[in-house]
Amino acid sequence: MSLLEAKGFKVHYGGIQAVRGVDFEVGEGELVCLIGANGAGKSSILKGLMGLVQHGGEIRFAGERLSGRPTHAIARLGLALVPEGRGIFGRLTVAENLDMGAYSRRDTAVVRSDLARVYRLFPRLAERRTQLAGTLSGGEQQMLAIGRAMMARPRLLLLDEPSMGLAPLMVQKIYQTITDIAREGVTILLVEQNAHLALQVSQRGYVMESGAMVLSGSSDLLANDPGVKAAYLGE
Amino acid sequence: MPAALRWLRHNPRIAFGLLAVLLVALPFLVGAGLGRSWVRVLDFALLYAMLALGLNIVVGYAGLLDLGYIAFYALGAYLYAWLGSPHFGLHLPFWLALPLGAMLAGLFGVLLGAPTLRLRGDYLAIVTLGFGEIIRIFLNNLDAPVNITNGPQGINLIDPIHIGGLSLGQTAHVFGIQLSSPHLYYYLFLVLTLATILVAMRLQDSRIGRAWAAIREDEVAAAAMGINTRNIKLLAFAMGAMFGGLAGGLFAAFQGFISPESFNLMESIMILCMIVLGGMGNIPGVILGAVLLTVLPEALRYIGDWQRAMIGHVAVDPNDLRMLLFGLAMVVMMLYRPAGLIPSRQRKREFTAEDSVAEQEQASLYDAKA
Repeated sequence: MSLLEAKGFKVHYGGIQAVRGVDFEVGEGELVCLIGANGAGKSSILKGLMGLVQHGGEIRFAGERLSGRPTHAIARLGLALVPEGRGIFGRLTVAENLDMGAYSRRDTAVVRSDLARVYRLFPRLAERRTQLAGTLSGGEQQMLAIGRAMMARPRLLLLDEPSMGLAPLMVQKIYQTITDIAREGVTILLVEQNAHLALQVSQRGYVMESGAMVLSGSSDLLANDPGVKAAYLGE
Repeated sequence: MPAALRWLRHNPRIAFGLLAVLLVALPFLVGAGLGRSWVRVLDFALLYAMLALGLNIVVGYAGLLDLGYIAFYALGAYLYAWLGSPHFGLHLPFWLALPLGAMLAGLFGVLLGAPTLRLRGDYLAIVTLGFGEIIRIFLNNLDAPVNITNGPQGINLIDPIHIGGLSLGQTAHVFGIQLSSPHLYYYLFLVLTLATILVAMRLQDSRIGRAWAAIREDEVAAAAMGINTRNIKLLAFAMGAMFGGLAGGLFAAFQGFISPESFNLMESIMILCMIVLGGMGNIPGVILGAVLLTVLPEALRYIGDWQRAMIGHVAVDPNDLRMLLFGLAMVVMMLYRPAGLIPSRQRKREFTAEDSVAEQEQASLYDAKA
């Protein structure tokens, strides 16, 4: 059974339907990507999963229904979101931000070792641990957002456009870390406009267009699909 | 002088000892130096410090702009008056009336908080402003058909606080020292202000305090961290309101008389100014702001006397001048010390950060290459 299973999943903002009844799943240990153009409904799916926007349909996470649960309860089930635009706590220090990631956890000893792991993944954050998060560069803020989500020891990590607004070299570095995290066994659902990058690191992918899933399959297949190539890879 | 200060910094015990002696002796020094009316000003400074520390929980810690905070002060004051005055013929002891007032205010804090949870920033400010006015207007008009608040006349002859056999409303002789009512209240308020400071400090460093900070910075991200944002925000409203209610009860007992006039919008704004002027989110800053904004307007009353002494008559009404100077002071503050007189750790760094982000970005890029 899949870790996350969505059937007929809808998201609407008032009268506007952003996601029109889609099916998708993420298996334990997988890195699955969700690609598509701006406004296709990719971010809405992540927001819907976290209970941040109104949604319909059936979502099951590790057998539990997510619908109707408030965001904090969903977070406690083991979903962690790295939001678009990072959502770091600007006037708290780097260390305090990471600390907030472990807010719902009681296992202090493991939290401490997880903190060491995050600092190992992002040595940059260790150097800047007493600095205010708002004064970090964009790339460092993205590292912090991912590190903070890791501090929750999530069963499913939701990444929303981690490459957005970053210099190419920084994007490379962030993606390297995402692959490292996936290799450690963390299940990841990655939303990305940069289809090229996303298909490189993921095992499977879904392609979204105007609120519907139009294609799905292994990332290799998608990367070679003529339609995907033409529409998203610019070939 | 700086050398002496540095020395004290390295000897915190002696510094605390000196501070304690100063705080105990203060009403006598002030009374002897400036006159007895100034002891009352000191009492009010402490009351406002408690109020400001309470509002600081809501505004400074949780980042919820509350412009109706004075309503909680009013509720605490009126409950104390109802439970201890000839108005209803009740005379409950203060140790019952004060906590009940704080609880009533806390309850109203939740009542105000619940419907406003979805609102942010400006919208929240408008609704809280309305709430403050609603409470004041109710107090003004609830004298008919059943006389609950006695309307604009207010409630008179409120019981002073009795501790053991000692009434704080009368002059007492303790160890041969004559202590007037404002002196006695000063010591009570001092103890309660210190307790408030302690609670505020503990809250800030607690798990709840961290959750408040997270909500203040980014509510969506805070919820995604597993923080129950609804309950934590309600808790901020309730905790802040309780401090307000407690201070209100003390105010009623100290004054012996309350009326809706004491709880107008200007008071809410004044308390907010204390926080902003002193340094939002920072306890010493908030206390300094409260003391300054209580003492300065009193000091500016002398402007009338100076005018008479210098030019023979009062050319400008001191009251007009007070507000002018007050407004000027706020503008100057915002220009030169936007984070407050004693800014909180975070705000200070935010405003003075030597963050050349571009430079860092370069450094990180270099890092990525390596």
